[in-house]
Amino acid sequence: MSVTIYLPKDAAALALGADEVAAELTRLARMAGRDLNLVRTGSRGLFWLEPMIEVATPAGRIAYGPVEASDVEGLVAAGLFEGGAHPLRLGPPAAIPFLARQTRLTFARTGIVDPASVEDYRAHGGWAGLERALELGPEGIVEEVVQSGLRGRGGAGFPTGVKWRTVAAAKAPQKYIVCNADEGDSGTYADRMIMEGDPFVLIEGMVIAGIAVGATRGYVYLRSEYPHAAAAFALALDEARRAGFLGARIGGSAHDFDIELRMGAGAYVCGEETALLDSIEGKRGQVRAKPPLPAHQGLFGRPTVINNVISLASVPFILAEGAAVYRDFGMGRSRGTMPIQLAGNIRFGGLYETAFGVTLGELVDEIGGGTASGRPVRAVQVGGPLGAYFPRALFDTPFDYEAFTAAGGLIGHGGVVVFDDTVDLRAQARFAMEFCAIESCGKCTPCRIGSTRGVEVIDRIGAGDPKQITLLRDLCETMKFGSLCALGGFAPYPVLSALDHFPEDFGVGAAGSAAAAE
Amino acid sequence: MTRYDSWTPEKGALIIGDMAAEGRTALLPILHEIQAGFGHVPAEAVPMIAEALNLTRADVHGVVSFYHDFRETPVAPRVLKLCRAEACQAAGADQVARRVAERTGLACGETSADGALAVEAVYCLGLCATAPSAMLEGPGVEGGRRLGARLGGPRLERLIDEAVR
Repeated sequence: MSVTIYLPKDAAALALGADEVAAELTRLARMAGRDLNLVRTGSRGLFWLEPMIEVATPAGRIAYGPVEASDVEGLVAAGLFEGGAHPLRLGPPAAIPFLARQTRLTFARTGIVDPASVEDYRAHGGWAGLERALELGPEGIVEEVVQSGLRGRGGAGFPTGVKWRTVAAAKAPQKYIVCNADEGDSGTYADRMIMEGDPFVLIEGMVIAGIAVGATRGYVYLRSEYPHAAAAFALALDEARRAGFLGARIGGSAHDFDIELRMGAGAYVCGEETALLDSIEGKRGQVRAKPPLPAHQGLFGRPTVINNVISLASVPFILAEGAAVYRDFGMGRSRGTMPIQLAGNIRFGGLYETAFGVTLGELVDEIGGGTASGRPVRAVQVGGPLGAYFPRALFDTPFDYEAFTAAGGLIGHGGVVVFDDTVDLRAQARFAMEFCAIESCGKCTPCRIGSTRGVEVIDRIGAGDPKQITLLRDLCETMKFGSLCALGGFAPYPVLSALDHFPEDFGVGAAGSAAAAE
Repeated sequence: MTRYDSWTPEKGALIIGDMAAEGRTALLPILHEIQAGFGHVPAEAVPMIAEALNLTRADVHGVVSFYHDFRETPVAPRVLKLCRAEACQAAGADQVARRVAERTGLACGETSADGALAVEAVYCLGLCATAPSAMLEGPGVEGGRRLGARLGGPRLERLIDEAVR
């Protein structure tokens, strides 16, 4: 009798022993005389439960987790193959509160489908966006994406449809779609999960983008720290090509489109779109001055759409279900859903896709369950190494581009990193400057010199010289307004937010750091 | 295979030859392949690449030295990369680094006296919800690379065991 078990091959599940669990399952199924169909999926994103296995039963999938290799024997004895009772039994995954409360549009299939199977992707609604895109034609696609209100999920939040419209209108013998998969922000892993768990949705999004703007070539620039994502995506590219979703005359249409996977080489700044383009061209990953915008002169000097993984992966849903369905989620000018990534010292760490508008406090305290250490939450950094540190006092801030800007922060790529009360915010501010100094591309002075000076000034504050705080604020001002890109320009966010909200860590009274520095 | 291949101009030429037709855009893919084969980008490879892609040696050197991944000297066959980015910091990355130092004698950025193991800092492996994390890699590692997350206790000890093996 055969049994089907789904087990993630997501990097986080692997890091927690998923392959060892797979080996045990295979061994024990053989001993029990069962024909095991082991499907390696992506992760549902409930990482405190990984490795989480799911067994197909007549009543649907039943989840168990977190499962270690040493648990498998007991699980099998308890009737795992039939969905039997066991302390690790979680029941139907969709009923787990963390998952049940989400609105999964972009991540609807992640953790469910076989990421290596074009057909499984189709069976779960894949390629429907592309079908509708082919019916609509280029102008119709662009209009649909504009109407959806989708903004770039990589951090800057620029309207995706407007970018596409610009490239579509440009006249050139060759145009490009570039996917920024250089997800380097600590606390973010949504791109990795898509590329490992549902890579065809990214491929489909890029193909649709190509048809929309008249581009026949696409590049995915992936960071080298993600070897498992690279392997999973390379396999998906081969499968898509074999099935006719990449290459000449896609789906029998007049459109040609193909994608090449390019690996970065450990430079954080290449997550900045123009540095990324230089890197693909074979140069040092240095930031370009804008204008010209990449939409006019991008890769190899040609009009280029450059979007983040999640932006492109959101497109198939928008095309398949219609712009209005997507736009109806969210608040203000932040439409649709955002895959928020709960990370760091957090009890229920994982991917939480929801409409914009949920508050930071709900995310950290209710959904995330507070810290993993059990100590009080003291600070939360949102938006990666260049994002602000939020104190509890700002936990009512809704997840929305404008609301975060107003609170002196940014939502960036949606990473939420929780720290308990043992955190030293001066050390974190120093780290932000140090990181900027290591990763600066060196092209502009405020970033290159300013970050090194920032480390020195913070050290002097630490040595007991609060007068240096005025200097630090001046320096941050210079970096913010004088830097060529977000690396130098946003490094002041973690530094100033740490200083403003946690002055006691800088040896200044809570009465106000500015006053104390006089 | 427990060691990287040793460099010869002939082997380098084979790698470069396959990709040179694409021009300068092939530079990073060529460097990646050379490093994957030999564990570093040998100085002798630079003029060969420059000529094949019609670039100056200085230009190629500038690219090699810009990216953290590319090394100009041979790297240890096993590299233990400890994530030191914020999510891992919040979850105890410093304790992991201390434990690694206790058992290997190596701080981030150091290589063992016998040249077999290097410990390095890495900034984000995308395992931020299961922090702290690390990646052990190299031709001396079973399967090429091994990830570790929620490090501490037996899982960390096993990863270090494999690193010092």
